[in-house]
Order: sequence, then structure tokens, then C-alpha cells
Amino acid sequence: MKLIIAMIQPHKLPDVKKALFEAEVYKLTVTNVLGCGQQKGYTETYRGVIYEVNLLKKVRLEIAVNDDFVEKTINAIKKGAYTGNIGDGKIFVLDLPRCIRIRTGEEGPAAIG
Amino acid sequence: MDLAKSIDIIWILLSSFLVFSMHAGFTLVEVGFTRAKNSVNIVMKNFMTIVLGILIYFFIGYGIMFGKSIGGLIGTNNFILKLLNNSDTTNFAIWLFQAVFAATSATIVSGAMAERTKFYSYLIFCFVITAFVYPVVGHWIWGGGWLNKLGFIDFAGSTVVHSVGGFSALAGAMLLGPRFGKYNKNKTSNAIPGHSIPLAALGVIILWFGWFGFNPGSTLSGSSPAISFIAVNTALAGAAGALGSLVYVWLKYKKPDASMVLNGALAGLVGITAGCTVVSPLSSIIIGFISGIIVVISVDFIDKKLRIDDPVGAISVHGICGVFGTLAVGLFAQADYARISGFDKINGLFFGGGFKQLLVQFIGSISSISFSFIIMLALFSAIKYSVGLRVSREEELKGLDITEHGMEAYSGFQIFTNE
Repeated sequence: MKLIIAMIQPHKLPDVKKALFEAEVYKLTVTNVLGCGQQKGYTETYRGVIYEVNLLKKVRLEIAVNDDFVEKTINAIKKGAYTGNIGDGKIFVLDLPRCIRIRTGEEGPAAIG
Repeated sequence: MDLAKSIDIIWILLSSFLVFSMHAGFTLVEVGFTRAKNSVNIVMKNFMTIVLGILIYFFIGYGIMFGKSIGGLIGTNNFILKLLNNSDTTNFAIWLFQAVFAATSATIVSGAMAERTKFYSYLIFCFVITAFVYPVVGHWIWGGGWLNKLGFIDFAGSTVVHSVGGFSALAGAMLLGPRFGKYNKNKTSNAIPGHSIPLAALGVIILWFGWFGFNPGSTLSGSSPAISFIAVNTALAGAAGALGSLVYVWLKYKKPDASMVLNGALAGLVGITAGCTVVSPLSSIIIGFISGIIVVISVDFIDKKLRIDDPVGAISVHGICGVFGTLAVGLFAQADYARISGFDKINGLFFGGGFKQLLVQFIGSISSISFSFIIMLALFSAIKYSVGLRVSREEELKGLDITEHGMEAYSGFQIFTNE
């Protein structure tokens, strides 16, 4: 079992969701985050003063998957989130030792669904 | 200047200031009913409507609306306000009153076209409506034009302001297309909730407050005995409208939906705007209540059956209820009330006047909304196929605040998950 964490551009979320649903991955958690990587900042103006914004808004996805879904999920995220510009984001794959479904108490791969 | 004249001028000016404050109401309603990532854009559109509207109405609109008529169709002089003779400055007060009305009509459209319209395309629209469409219809109905001569009654503007705005909004929303993610391939509609119902509620109350200038002010005379019952009619219709929506929504959707109840109050107010001086308070309640129900049915119809995306319900509140309010004059007019404000013996269908007034109201309404709709359809098409009407998909998803204005409305807040 793996936990896939991805940081993507907020405006690509609809495309990523669509790609994930097409890959039959339906369960995910979404949070708003701030972050930066290579995309160091962009400029905004406020009352005539230009200022650099260093922490940019991103959206973070967390998806728990069974091992047979890992590649499908990663490819779906890549397909949905890609724009070719700096700032497209990153995907992390973590090992997930245990997973429990609260309602039924199931554990392991069955709990991931 | 004698006392009566002073009172008149003070009354006109006071009402103008109240109608001006309605723009705060419009801005808040639209901001509240749309997403946070577009709030700066909404603010700018509404604010520039006042700015451009007032200036353009000064140079072009007023003359077209109230100038010397050609064929009852359009005015031809009086374009820039000047001192007429000695110390009679009434025309300045009247100009201001009319100017804030014109801007009110224009701003209705910004709601229906929210969240996906290019800012400068909206400004072009603003120019055309305040320079031409609104003044021409206004000329027909208030400037001594052909509808005026037919006996058409639209006291404070259910047709001139609200229907013109509402049907221009329809043309705009149709040509724009729905917001991304609004409609699904299987013909169902998704809710795109507004981000601040409190702001919207504040907006509706400010609008209602401003309406007390909109309706009673249209007497253009502070010493007219009509102003008191016009104000009462206004209050009652707004209340009845909200109640009508509440009852209908609670029964139909099982929960009292705040956004529809707020729209209901506005619907009631729009509904009474044409006839506030010729109907009784009891009639006002009925007109308001029916408007409140009509608006809910209309919003549902336009969204789900016609599949036209109207983020704030502007087409329903202003267009449809504007037509209803106009026709209601033909049903509910009562000579007892009408004569107080100088309309000769007018009785609507329900008070023994037969179908005559109703027919005139119908002609006026149809011609005004057709004119507005067709001209605006042409204008928005011209904009769409030249400079572009709608922003790109990516701009729409990123939010118009960042893409059109280079700034955020709620800097420091994380508001960003897109559906």
C-alpha cells in the first residue's frame, strides 16, 4: 500500500480529478497549501508598488492506493497537472504500512478500496 | 426660489443619493453570490459602471433620453447640461436623478455575466447601454416618446431600468456561455455557491434602502402627496416578495434557502416599481408575493431548462419580474390612487378598467425588451467575434482577480480549491 502526495497548480485540479476518475481512482483528499520550488515567485502590484510573492498557492492531493494502482495514479496526475511551465508540481510516493476503514474496521488493502 | 420648489429639489436630490447608494448594494450582492477569486473583478465592473455611466450619460445619454424628439423615437438635443435661465437649477437635479437610474440599469448585467467576462468587453457594453439602449427606451417611456403617448405606465422603471437590464443580461449570458464546470454532459446543473452570503444579505438590504429613493423619488416632487403611499407600497412589496420566495422554496426544496429569499425581496421590489403610484398597498402585497414566487420558478427554468448560467439570478429578478411588474399595472391599477399622482382615471383589469391598460402595458413591455435584447445580442456578438467576450479557460480557473487585475481580493487567505 502506498500513499501518493502530489502538489499541483490550483487551476489544474479539475483536469487532475478528471484524469484520476478515468483511471478509476475515486478516493482522494484535497487541501490548500502554500509552497514554492523552482518557481521562485511572481510579481503582483498593490497601489503601484510591485512586490514579489514567494510562497505560491498550490493544491495538495493525498491518495492512498494499493500497489497495483500506483503507476495508474501517478500517470493520471501527471497527465492532468502538466502544463509545461515551471510550477507544475511534484509527486511523492510514500510507503503506507497500515490502513483502516473507520466505519467497518477493515484493515489493509481491502480498506483502501 | 419658493418653498415648494426647494422641497422638490431637495427631494429629487435626496432620492438621487439613495439610488446612488444602490450600487453598494449591487456590488455586495454580486460579490456575495460569486466566488472569492473573482471579487476584485466584480467590484471593478460595478464601480466602473457608476464611473462610466455617469460620464457617458452626461455627454450622450441624457440628450437622447430627454431631448427634443424625432418621431417619438429618440431625443436630439440637450446633450451637455447647462444653466438654462437665471437661477432655475431644477434640470441639474433631474439630470442627477436620471443619471443614477441609468447606471442602475447597466449594472444589472454585470451579475449575469460574472466570473467569465473580459473586463474591457464589459466596459464597451457599459458605454453602449448608457449612451444608447437605455436612453432610447427611456425616451419612449419617459421622454415624451411614443409609449408615453400611448398611455404606457412605468412609473419608476420596471421596464426602463429592470427589463432593459434583465434582457440585456440575457443576451450577454447567452453569448458568453456557462461558467466552466456549471453544466455536466448529462444535462444536469452544478451549484457554484457564492462565497459570502452575509455580504449578499447586506447588499440586498442596502438595495431595498435605496429603493426608497428609486420609487418615491420618481414623483420628482417632494410636495406630491403620493410619496407616502409609494414608500409604503415599496416596503410592502419587498417584504411580500421575500415571503413569497420563502414559502415556495421551503415547500419545494424542503429548506429555506437564503439566497432565494434575498432574491425574492428584490423580485418584489422590481415588481412594484412600475405601478407603485397607481396601486393600493394591498395590491402591492399581492404583486410582491407573486413576484417572489415567479423569481424562484424563473431561476430554476433558466438554469435547468434553458441552461443559461446566471450566477446571481439577474435575468429572473430584473428581466422577468420587470415584465410582470409592468403587466401588473394593467391588472391592479386603481383610479383612486392613480389620480393622486396626476394620472387620469386609470383602472386595471381587476378594478373595472377592462383590458385597455393591460394591452398598452403589454405593447410597451414587449417592444422595450425586444429592442434591448436584439441590440445587445448584436453588440455582444460583435464584441465576441472581434476583441473577444469571454476569458480563456485557464484565466477563468485561475480567477479574474489575478488574471485581469493582477491582484487578489483576499490576499493572505487560501481560497483556492477549484471544483
